[in-house]
Amino acid sequence: MQDHYEARFAAVGGQGILLAGDILAEAAINYEGLYALDSPTYTAQVRGGPTKVDVIIDKNRILFTRTTAIDFMLCLAQRSWDRFGYDLKSDCIVLIDPFLVHTVDRNYRVYELPLIELTKKEMKKMVYTSAVALGAMVGLTEIFKPESVVKALLKKAPKGTEEANEKAFKLGYNSGRELLK
Amino acid sequence: MSNSQHLGRQIEFMPGNEVVAEAALAAGCRFFAGYPITPSSEIAHHISKRLPEVGGKFIQMEDEIAAMGAIIGASLCGLKVMTATSGPGFSLKQENIGFACMVEAPCVIVNVMRGGPSTGLPTQLGQSDIQQTRWGTHGDRPVIALAPAYLDEVYTETVRAFNLAERFRMPVFVLIDEVIGHLSERLEIPDPSELEIIDRVGPNVPPEEYIPYDSSQSDVPPMAAYFSGYRFHMTGLNHDRTGFPTTTQSICHSENVRSMRKVEDHIAEIEKFENYLTDDAEIGIITFGSSARAAIVAIDDARQRGVKVGMLRPLTLWPFPEQAAFELSKHCKTIIVPEANLGQLIYEVQRVTKGNSEVVGVNKVGGVPIYPGEVFDKIVECSGKK
Repeated sequence: MQDHYEARFAAVGGQGILLAGDILAEAAINYEGLYALDSPTYTAQVRGGPTKVDVIIDKNRILFTRTTAIDFMLCLAQRSWDRFGYDLKSDCIVLIDPFLVHTVDRNYRVYELPLIELTKKEMKKMVYTSAVALGAMVGLTEIFKPESVVKALLKKAPKGTEEANEKAFKLGYNSGRELLK
Repeated sequence: MSNSQHLGRQIEFMPGNEVVAEAALAAGCRFFAGYPITPSSEIAHHISKRLPEVGGKFIQMEDEIAAMGAIIGASLCGLKVMTATSGPGFSLKQENIGFACMVEAPCVIVNVMRGGPSTGLPTQLGQSDIQQTRWGTHGDRPVIALAPAYLDEVYTETVRAFNLAERFRMPVFVLIDEVIGHLSERLEIPDPSELEIIDRVGPNVPPEEYIPYDSSQSDVPPMAAYFSGYRFHMTGLNHDRTGFPTTTQSICHSENVRSMRKVEDHIAEIEKFENYLTDDAEIGIITFGSSARAAIVAIDDARQRGVKVGMLRPLTLWPFPEQAAFELSKHCKTIIVPEANLGQLIYEVQRVTKGNSEVVGVNKVGGVPIYPGEVFDKIVECSGKK
């Protein structure tokens, strides 16, 4: 990983995106020996409102708490792009679900993956969308070893869902790898 | 939190609000009453799960006023207590905060600040209650308010808030803001053996000889707990050493002055601040909390451009580190005060620097924190090095 990395996961409340941010940051701290922080932004309506979490990862202690030059953005809703599609680096990797996000600035390195359809089809339960998305992010960016993120994911996963979460992550990871081909 | 067993120093990753709750438990907090309000709600949420595990009690009250009343009651019964709120709830608590000052009930009030006035910006940042903390409730009373900027500090300063409350028998405020409350970052939790824990001084006389405001030995009278065999009266009215109301001017005056002395005579014990590259600074920055985390990045950038700039960061906003700010002003032609409000701490900086420096603000409201670039631009502007 580069010395400093910024990621933004944007969606609408209820899609599990805040937890995905926590998992990425915990993977950095606990399994990659790095510093990390995350800051969520949400509206007063917890479900259905535009939501984002910004994750900053650095080899040194992080002082400023907000992102200023984002390396990777995941976006799962058009209005989340409209509201949070700023502060991106010119070569930012943007991962979108093409069924949910239609209009993005194509000057960024935009990748499309139908995350919701994929989750529905392979996992049967929408609750695994964020694990699939996290896998896709790691596959696409290779920011960390996938094992580091899986460990952090399993630590957070509710008891009894470990196997399914790992499966969801791998599904996303492999799909992310495919996008690079 | 992933692990509630504190064995040695632990690396943790959790939001600022949960850090407050965990630190409170480590300090000995065994009673919390609150009313949910963003961006402080996670404190209540987390401590509601954790308090019963350590034999404590959590009550969700009908509103913020009642929550403040409940913690005063529990404090008078001998417990270490806390409530947490944000701007609108803090406004509601003010009357009972005055009561806690008057009866000298130790308690910790956490304010996770958001935008205002009124209900303002529920889930977004503001540093809007700096002067309300100092002057929000009527009458003259001492104020201690701590403003940590990093989650390690949120832990240690919350513990310190309990210690100061117990030590001086008074409400102590922890002022964080939405950015710090919701931020999760890597932090080190100290081993319990590393923590200094202070408990209130109890009476050393039998119940029949107990005088609740006996200040003959110390400006901080020994405090008995209700239901421990000691009978005493508490009132929001001015009272004498027996705890019963009085209007005798000389007693009202001397008791009020005594309460002020609890802080004024112990500044060195209470005051805490950090100097960053201030020794040779020609431009000073005085800021706190999340705004200080933007300022420190700006300072490093400006130093690379050859600008001699440094920061005084008060961890105690009240009492404000007057002497440190005055020293800084002696060699700074300009002092910049970044804050996520339209100018509150700047009044105190102007007051204590006594005209030595030009004092200018970097101010922003609307829920978005001050960015390093905004502080940097002001530094460059003030240095004349464009």
